[in-house]
Amino acid sequence: MTARHPRTPAPLLVIGQRFLTQLLIGQRPRRTGSLWPSFHSRWPRWKWVSFLFILPRRRRSPRPQSGMKVRPVLSDPEKQRGRSAAVAIAALVIAAGIPLWWKTTETYRAWLPAARISELEALQLELRVEVEVVFARGTLSPEQQKKVPASRMREQTYESCCKSKSLCLVEADHALHTLTETSCGSVVIYIIPEASALLPQDMRVYVGRSRTALLRSQVASVVGAGLPEVLAALDPQMEQVLQTMSFNHQDVTAALTDRLRPGLSTRDSLADSMRAFKSSPGYEITFSLLNPDPKHHQLHWDVEAALDAYIYPLLHKMAPVANFSVDSQILYYAVLGVNPRYDASASAYTLSADSLAHVINPVEARLGSNAASSNPVLNFLLYVPDSLHSPLIIRNDQKQEVASNAFHSPRWGGIMVYNVDGAYGNDTQFPVDIAIDMSRVMGVFLSQLRLMLGFQQTGAPPGFVLEAAGREGVAEWELDRLLWSRSVENVATASASITSLAQLLDQIANIVINDNIAQQVASAVTALQAAVAELEAGNLALALEHSREAISASERAFFDPSLLHLLYFPDDQKFAIYIPLFLPMCVPILLSLLKIFREVQQHRAEKRAKRD
Amino acid sequence: GWKRGSSFLPGIDVTDTKLSTSAFLLLHQARAERFFRSDHTNNWAVLVCTSRFWFNYRHVANTLSVYRSVKRLGIPDSHIVLMLADDMACNHRNPKPATVFSHKNMELNVYGDDVEVDYRGYEVTVENFLRVLTGRLPPSTPRSKRLLSDDHSNILIYLTGHGGNGFLKFQDSEEISNVELADAFEQMWQKRRYNELLFIIDTCQGASMYERFYSPNLMALASSQVGEDSLSHQPDLAIGVHLMDRYTFYLLEFLEDIHPASQANMNDLFKVCPKSQCVSTPGHRTDLFQRDPGSVLITDFFGSVRKVEITMETINLTPHTETALAYVDQLPVAQIIHQKPKQKDWHPPDGFILGLWTLILLVFFRTYGIKHLKHIF
Repeated sequence: MTARHPRTPAPLLVIGQRFLTQLLIGQRPRRTGSLWPSFHSRWPRWKWVSFLFILPRRRRSPRPQSGMKVRPVLSDPEKQRGRSAAVAIAALVIAAGIPLWWKTTETYRAWLPAARISELEALQLELRVEVEVVFARGTLSPEQQKKVPASRMREQTYESCCKSKSLCLVEADHALHTLTETSCGSVVIYIIPEASALLPQDMRVYVGRSRTALLRSQVASVVGAGLPEVLAALDPQMEQVLQTMSFNHQDVTAALTDRLRPGLSTRDSLADSMRAFKSSPGYEITFSLLNPDPKHHQLHWDVEAALDAYIYPLLHKMAPVANFSVDSQILYYAVLGVNPRYDASASAYTLSADSLAHVINPVEARLGSNAASSNPVLNFLLYVPDSLHSPLIIRNDQKQEVASNAFHSPRWGGIMVYNVDGAYGNDTQFPVDIAIDMSRVMGVFLSQLRLMLGFQQTGAPPGFVLEAAGREGVAEWELDRLLWSRSVENVATASASITSLAQLLDQIANIVINDNIAQQVASAVTALQAAVAELEAGNLALALEHSREAISASERAFFDPSLLHLLYFPDDQKFAIYIPLFLPMCVPILLSLLKIFREVQQHRAEKRAKRD
Repeated sequence: GWKRGSSFLPGIDVTDTKLSTSAFLLLHQARAERFFRSDHTNNWAVLVCTSRFWFNYRHVANTLSVYRSVKRLGIPDSHIVLMLADDMACNHRNPKPATVFSHKNMELNVYGDDVEVDYRGYEVTVENFLRVLTGRLPPSTPRSKRLLSDDHSNILIYLTGHGGNGFLKFQDSEEISNVELADAFEQMWQKRRYNELLFIIDTCQGASMYERFYSPNLMALASSQVGEDSLSHQPDLAIGVHLMDRYTFYLLEFLEDIHPASQANMNDLFKVCPKSQCVSTPGHRTDLFQRDPGSVLITDFFGSVRKVEITMETINLTPHTETALAYVDQLPVAQIIHQKPKQKDWHPPDGFILGLWTLILLVFFRTYGIKHLKHIF
């Protein structure tokens, strides 16, 4: 007999029970000519004996008939013990189990300042501009001069030797600028007498490059000599000046366009808001030179010097608004996607205004961008047409030539076409070395850059003269205007982000709110309140700083990668998860509790019956 | 009027400025008119194929065909987020490796040479899709994997795969429900990440996916109603699988006729693939959309037609001439007359001087003897 596995199932051993006798007694029933082999197992005898305990043993008591239930008869103390055990388990489950389950399946939600956030929903912005009004000699009559309380009486005679009338106004503005120290956001208005020759006849107001304005007005003829009457007389004109230099209703509504119902802003301001980039912590500017014909034109552009001279001053002035990163590249064999038409009358190739829209897309695929940042990109392209298609001019809707030979696309950038066919004749040796006149190019790019960054080209009211910014790129009051609208935009965007984030976190109870999100939200709310306070006080620079802080903190909180609400569980899924876990546990407890309850009730009923 | 550019000359240009102001205003108005046909300045597309495995070849072909059309009509790769499992072209079972065909007889290879897949393989998950839509990506995500849209962007979202009543299956392992999708769009609206959004879905029971939308400016199209299956178009016996789905096949036929300057509008798009061709009933939803669908051009979503303005003014940057010093800029006379000479700092003598003196001293002591040294020290 071969060795068998010790855990051979019982029926087989029952069959082989006769061999157990050999094990127990120590002899096997010998038979001559036995067919069975001898039993040599590798296990000692006593191990085989232990199998007896695995074998099914016969019952001592007779098997009960089927259909007859046998209930274990328990004595009263045992029943009581059973009852108290059931009650204790139920109590444990309810007292300890349910809170434990609740706590362990809770999501961590850091505390958010909900009260302050709800305050933000009803945010009221008050913008205050500091205006200093300076009356020049001759504007006030003597009694007015006595009665008007002057905070500063300055005896300053300004003798000017004006070489020509043309420079007079600029000089005057420059000199007046050095007199007073103007802070960011404030405006100084100089009232000059009606008869002054500084301004030409038709112009009433001159706005200089810094924050000063010259207003020609006759105040001496005002009835009533006190300060309030004088200022009341000047009020409408001063308001006009302030609306040009600081902000007006259209600017503010344009800054808030996405938060307002459509239809509230005018179409012009909407066009302006579509053109300029939204407020962003940084921008990337790329200057590209497109040379489709390197065989004929070898172009040299001194872009670094040009950027230093013309573009960086503007960008340095804009440093409080955003960070800028500038780069440049040259692309060879890059063609415009549109075929220009030859116009014999002008003997040049022309691009009509309609085809300009299709120029940008094929080129954009070739322009790279900085993969590291997600800032908006402004592209400025300088296209030098190939010798076959030179000269190339752009025509506007009225089929007229455009002086700048350039066009721009809102929120994208600008393209300028630079013709070089005049630089060489027919029989020069190719490739021709051509140096590009960067001042002309940068003049166009600078004006396009101003448009993209948000310096609107709104027309001035009649009678106004606005001094051009020239080489500096932007006048200080223009920058102030931008700062006002940016601050308002930042405050509006940040408060909208915070309120919608709070709403989202409220609605979805399953999202985990980490500590860093709560911290960002708290700092955003603090910065917002500080920005609003500064705007009310009239400190524009501080207000802008706080609003930038607020918007960056709110964006970081809103776009935090951990706030993904992949947590929509339909109800049937929730049941499917919890039922297999809790049902097997809860049903016995509930049933035993019910049984106890019924027994108690029965007991009480019996007692009552006994009493009765 | 107001002037820019060169220096101010009073008294001369009064009439000119008046004319230029009025002309300027007219131009401004004309410009404004062209702007307001639609409100968007750029276009984005998010194209997602949610299936993998060889027998779902048609879903990849669907997505790639839409990708081709969208690129042809002008949207650059930097503005397309393409999510594919991308296991068709180099699949072991593909008899024509490195190709994905959309039509039998292998007429059009939609895989091409320049397809740019942003999320491939196992990166196409519900989580990544929602992260792309809501913008909640980790800071290390490169630009090409982000949806950098702003409040004037029109976005096209195309989903294809296997779906059911209220859900869409992603790569056979997870699903996205219509509630999650609607919430994601609401998140986008809260942050104004789109101006208008067109949502196209080509799955079974696709209409259930747009039932729960509640954000404004959404238009949705689906290939089949709830309870209907979206069917595939035609098998190719050489490749051995169905190459495209019916709805996308007829959508593509329609799009092939569109070029960047075309004026076809959304009502034409709604008529694509009627029940006779598609067997299922395509549906659409426009109640959340503010403009009339008849005024919405196809190229508003599928193409990228830029708004362009002529640059009317330039800044005159005279090269490197200093402005004449005005009188007021010069130093006052008192300061000029009584100017004290600037104190120069004393520096120890230079190397050359030192060497020269050393030489002189050496010669002196050589001539007159070293004993004179004691007079010095």
